[in-house]
Amino acid sequence: MNKAAEIFNKPSTYIPFIAIVLGLLCGGIVMWIGGYDPLEAYGALWQTVFGTKYDFGETIVAITPILFTGLAVGFAFRAGIFNIGADGQYIIGMTAATFIGLKVHLPAFIHAPLALIVGMLCGALWGALVGWLKAYRGVNEVISAIMLNWIALYLSNYILSDFLVKKGEQKTPNIDESASLSIGWLKDFMEGARMDWGIWIGLLCVAIFYVLLWRTKQGYELRAVGHNADAAKAAGINIKASFIKTMMISGAFAGLGGVFSVLGVFHYQVVQAASAGYGFDGIAVALLGGNHPVGILLGAILFGGLTYGSAGMNFEADVPSEIVRIVIGSIIFFVASHGLIRTVIQPLFKKRKSRERKGADMNGNVG
Amino acid sequence: MEQAVPVVELRGITKRFPGIVANDAISLELRKGEIHALLGENGAGKSTLMSILFGLYQPDEGEILVDGKPQAIDGPGRAIELGIGMVHQHFKLVQPFTVAENIVLGIEPSKGLSINYRQANAKVKELSERYGLMVDPTVKVENITVGMQQRVEILKTLYRGAEILIFDEPTAVLTVQEIHELMQILRRLASEGKSIILITHKLKEIMEVSDRVTIIRRGKVVGTVNTAETSESELAEKMVGRRVSLDKPKEAAKPGEVVLELSGVTVAGADKGKPVVDGVSFNIRAGEIVGIAGVDGNGQHELVEALTGMRPVLGGSIRLNGRDITQDSIKDRIKAGMSNIPEDRQKHGLVLDFSVSENFILGSPEQDRFFKGGFLNKSEIDRHAAKLIEAYDVRTPDIHNKTRSLSGGNQQKAIIAREMERDPQLLIAVQPTRGLDIGAISFVHDRLLQARAEGKAVLLISYELDELHRLSDRIQVIFDGRIMGEVDPDKAEDDEIGLMMAGKMQAGKGASA
Repeated sequence: MNKAAEIFNKPSTYIPFIAIVLGLLCGGIVMWIGGYDPLEAYGALWQTVFGTKYDFGETIVAITPILFTGLAVGFAFRAGIFNIGADGQYIIGMTAATFIGLKVHLPAFIHAPLALIVGMLCGALWGALVGWLKAYRGVNEVISAIMLNWIALYLSNYILSDFLVKKGEQKTPNIDESASLSIGWLKDFMEGARMDWGIWIGLLCVAIFYVLLWRTKQGYELRAVGHNADAAKAAGINIKASFIKTMMISGAFAGLGGVFSVLGVFHYQVVQAASAGYGFDGIAVALLGGNHPVGILLGAILFGGLTYGSAGMNFEADVPSEIVRIVIGSIIFFVASHGLIRTVIQPLFKKRKSRERKGADMNGNVG
Repeated sequence: MEQAVPVVELRGITKRFPGIVANDAISLELRKGEIHALLGENGAGKSTLMSILFGLYQPDEGEILVDGKPQAIDGPGRAIELGIGMVHQHFKLVQPFTVAENIVLGIEPSKGLSINYRQANAKVKELSERYGLMVDPTVKVENITVGMQQRVEILKTLYRGAEILIFDEPTAVLTVQEIHELMQILRRLASEGKSIILITHKLKEIMEVSDRVTIIRRGKVVGTVNTAETSESELAEKMVGRRVSLDKPKEAAKPGEVVLELSGVTVAGADKGKPVVDGVSFNIRAGEIVGIAGVDGNGQHELVEALTGMRPVLGGSIRLNGRDITQDSIKDRIKAGMSNIPEDRQKHGLVLDFSVSENFILGSPEQDRFFKGGFLNKSEIDRHAAKLIEAYDVRTPDIHNKTRSLSGGNQQKAIIAREMERDPQLLIAVQPTRGLDIGAISFVHDRLLQARAEGKAVLLISYELDELHRLSDRIQVIFDGRIMGEVDPDKAEDDEIGLMMAGKMQAGKGASA
């Protein structure tokens, strides 16, 4: 059988694409009802993302954080944990990096890596806390993670305002140049877009995600726990340790996202009333990407592109940028309600005489 | 009766799945008031056929006639309208609801906006009495036995006006006594004019209860016979396609050193109540099979979990090859030479979403062989898998197929392959033939006897006395968490064991012995 056709016929592959189309359609309908021209709006969106080198660079800046949080959520999912706490881990990673970037003074070759590693580790530990609570105290990870998101936000604000921000200001001074992870020449090349090492490390993390989970013993065990914790336990795998490890790795991914937002993009941190919500976007990205690293990368590119492009929609077509949130929301809705998609497109499949393949999905249930 | 129109007639039903014809031009007639057994190995196509009749699948070819009229059954709703009811193998009940609430679910008799419980209870009670089901409509489902839950499922179909009842492997989850009662219920239903299709691969039950048998092999009908005119061995041969016998004489045991020794093993019950395993002591020597006989729920699960390390031990000690492993981790026990064929193969034995080859290395003590420097050694893992599916006849299109797609029998073979290949000192087998067809049972029995011949110690826990008799060298009878005594399977009669299983102590042997 044709391998490519086979992959495309897998519901996990075709559903996101259909969801994206339907999502764009929904957004279009909303625009049309509101008296805007959807084609012009999407044209402007496209133009904004790919128009200039600067815009393209800034689109990458928008993609990077949700790539990291998407990987964080997706990794935990694979090992049987719903990490809704990527947001908190992101904030903790960010704050730790800011702290090192401001308070420690070292030469560049050691300062930037140190800030990166400390930020990543702090994110990992923040995640591990969720894993520990689940493993040894039986606390549902969703509840503890949501609580820890708020604790992270206010802990971060406390550290910022008491140690790092000058009186009367809302943002920290810029971090030492030696801690910066920006790439100067690339920034110049991209007409001033805030280019940094984030996306490259992000791509590396995509590879690490895959290799760790599908090529190593550790990943094998984590997946076994994710699929069937009972069988994993019976096979002698330490479930409790596995929960903690999973959340450490997941937290490290999210923490790295925060690190690059400070060391790479902004170079300072702001006292926030609410979080930017990258952790929650990460859930959407992981869902859209089917918890597969490549899928997550594609999902992050889509959502990042839509988010950045929405600004252009506003300028050029005078369409409120919030419309894009409707598009993203509808895409998530359609991915989540894949049953709906299947009912809609199954008749089409029948016409194409693909009945055989459809049977393959059900074959598992036949006695 | 011969002249009457059959209540259900299947004509030339064909259903294809990719790479397999699940049903190949199957025809079947169900007469009014008969119990018609559908016999076949796992994966023969019985369940597919019944799913078609119940509207869960659409046939690719063929037609279904109900009371002589062709019908398109496009879903279970239509099947129920036509008076077809199905009692599934895995019950679909809401545990915290009462019996009556479960039965009326979806078609509740109402009184204004509220449910008319009195009417519901009365109707359920009436049905229950009419068919001799003796179910109390007001108790919660979570508080009744599995056998009773099955009766609730039966009542659900009757309440919806079923005239044709399909039973999918109804005895797989029942105790001996419950099976006996179910057989009576089936006869009562038939005598009240209900027509019954009984999907099973248990020959004994077919001989006991059915009027006719249709045998299916690899998606095709082999034949339909009157039960009175056939025998177990003839049915077995038709089902498997070759001669099979489970009554092969086994060689004499050559027991060696003591491998497993339990002394006074005690396991705490729920909520610090009475211990569920209470001072159990026995040993198993190399090259012998020790069986544990007992009615389900007398501490067997907990004893096995204590042995394998899934559950902490309150008192007593477990020694493997002379070494105390009472406090060892599961991993260490596996390393020390313990293998386990768990009772619930899908829950504890396999990761169903893993490939077959991935499952073959689950919990493997040979970490260095399959994981090189922390990475999966794919070529070695695949080589291992290819060897095992060959040696243990695990039927899968490919070693990279998801284990979920394998039939129950092949899943069990995969577990046995994995556990035996470790060359264990001690093999624990819990209900190793549960839900398997006769061909697979014979395979499992052969492998257990082979393990014995290779000098392994085997602990066999089974609820089927036949199986214990056939395989064990010694039988320990367990009741209420205590060992009632040891019997010699060659000498003891079923009655004697049965009495001990019901709690009567064997003369001269106490629980404290």
